[in-house]
Amino acid sequence: MKTDPKKFLRLSALFMVMSLYAVPFYILLTTSLKNQSDLSSKWAFPGYLYTDNFAMAWQNAHLGRAFLNNTIILVCALALLIVLGAAAAYPLARYQTKWNRFIYVFFVAAMIVPPLTILVPLYKIYVAIHAMDTYWGIVLIDVTFQLPTAIFLYTGFIGTLPKELDEAALLDGCSRFSVFFRVLFPLLKPVTASVAIMSGVNIWNDYQFSVFFMQQTQMKTFTVSLAGFFSANANHISWVAAGSLLGSLPVIATYLLLQKYFVSGLSAGAVKG
Amino acid sequence: MRLGNQQKKKGPSVKRALGSPAALNLMYLPVVILFILFLVYPFIKGVQFSFTNWDGYSQTYKCIGLRNYRRMFTDHDMLTVIRNTIIYGCGSTLFQNTFGLLFAMLLRKSSRLNAFARTLIYLPAIVSSLIMGYIWYFILELNGGALNDVILLFNGKAVNALANPNASVWILTGINSFQFVGVSMIIYLAGLKNIPHEYMEAAAIDGASPAQTFRTVTLPMLAPSITVAVVLNLIGGLKLYDVIIALTGGGPGYATCSLSTMMYQLYFGREDAGLATALGVLMFVMITLITVVALTALRRKELANED
Repeated sequence: MKTDPKKFLRLSALFMVMSLYAVPFYILLTTSLKNQSDLSSKWAFPGYLYTDNFAMAWQNAHLGRAFLNNTIILVCALALLIVLGAAAAYPLARYQTKWNRFIYVFFVAAMIVPPLTILVPLYKIYVAIHAMDTYWGIVLIDVTFQLPTAIFLYTGFIGTLPKELDEAALLDGCSRFSVFFRVLFPLLKPVTASVAIMSGVNIWNDYQFSVFFMQQTQMKTFTVSLAGFFSANANHISWVAAGSLLGSLPVIATYLLLQKYFVSGLSAGAVKG
Repeated sequence: MRLGNQQKKKGPSVKRALGSPAALNLMYLPVVILFILFLVYPFIKGVQFSFTNWDGYSQTYKCIGLRNYRRMFTDHDMLTVIRNTIIYGCGSTLFQNTFGLLFAMLLRKSSRLNAFARTLIYLPAIVSSLIMGYIWYFILELNGGALNDVILLFNGKAVNALANPNASVWILTGINSFQFVGVSMIIYLAGLKNIPHEYMEAAAIDGASPAQTFRTVTLPMLAPSITVAVVLNLIGGLKLYDVIIALTGGGPGYATCSLSTMMYQLYFGREDAGLATALGVLMFVMITLITVVALTALRRKELANED
């Protein structure tokens, strides 16, 4: 068989890139499976089955409680994000007055506000209104910072739906608000899936906000627990690896199962509107 | 609220009959309120604190004018931090776009192998940056790190990669780029998919080399994707925080701090809330300026391409 040199070059480049991207995950896996006394290289896969690291991480980093916190925050924040984001996008997509275009730019431009810029004042406000270490406190911040992307995606998607839909429903006697909630909202499923999955990953992985606003042991999210666990157990890296793997599994599983929604969400901006 | 001033627009008579569409603007009112409470108000407060010597917990503080801002541009540590932030932002943007485009070109045809490669390259982007930082710590650490095992295998001398601050800044930039290059790749793949096939064929018929086709057809047609990818990368890189905390904690000293991590240290570590908020304001101005400049330049390029 004759080999095309160009194809060969392309394939070797591809395999090099792929191995490079596999390395971190491989190292995480081997590290998490090794006994503390096993001093073999991280490249060597352990020839025995050892899962104590996971149990140790689960107990000592209070991962059970942390995952519960993460789940509560995730569910509440996503519900709020989807309702607020989709509802806000509807008038912005359908009634493009000068004022509404300004509002749209204001909403989407909020994406560039660095969380740390408002951290110090927000911290003071949160202490004053007793929002520290509460679910609602962190949920509202998470929602605020995910809204720009959500509104961007929803507005773009609603713009592609035919206006005749709204008009027909209006003629049938729906009020303007029920046109949205009864007719359009169900049609937004694909973009809602993108918003839920992409923002969901961000909220699940959040560290910046949680480390400031969720400091009580009982209220820590998994990234905060893990960070504390790492600084306390810097010499037990196999425990940290196990905890990291556990914390990543939910998002990795979501990604592998629902990949197309990540792709469609990201692609939305690349196509000229 | 000025909600009712756009009814002048004439719609079909049906619409007019069924009440004003402007009433719908009520639907974004909750978001406006949320943004005012959680973004605008704290931001204004932050600007106010930046002119004071507040320590973060006292009830009293006094106005010290521009002293915090002056400290920012004279303090040696601060200048390092500002420089690092620019490297994190611009360096990441450069790497992520170069490699993102490269990977997209490499993987543009759909095949099972390419689909698998795309999945793998995007995978790090969904893992927490903090965890990604820990994983790279396992690779780079001096004793028993995966990288040093390879170096020792080839009889090299073990390197303490994170001891040198200048190298560390670039290592962190590299890790951030490695993690998020998949985002740019997917944006470019979507852009490539949108280029009509006839354009490529026409270029081929005209006898253009692959390099010429790339420069004269592919690249200009990708302009909207480039804009989106560059802006997203800039915003992400300039805000860099998690991976620094995981890998170096900003150290040694403040040598690898970004504005984000520095602000945390100033507020919780040095109880210098005034300076911390001033830094926050600087970061906002910096990100806005760089983003707006990049956006304007890229949009102009897009328009020029359309002619």
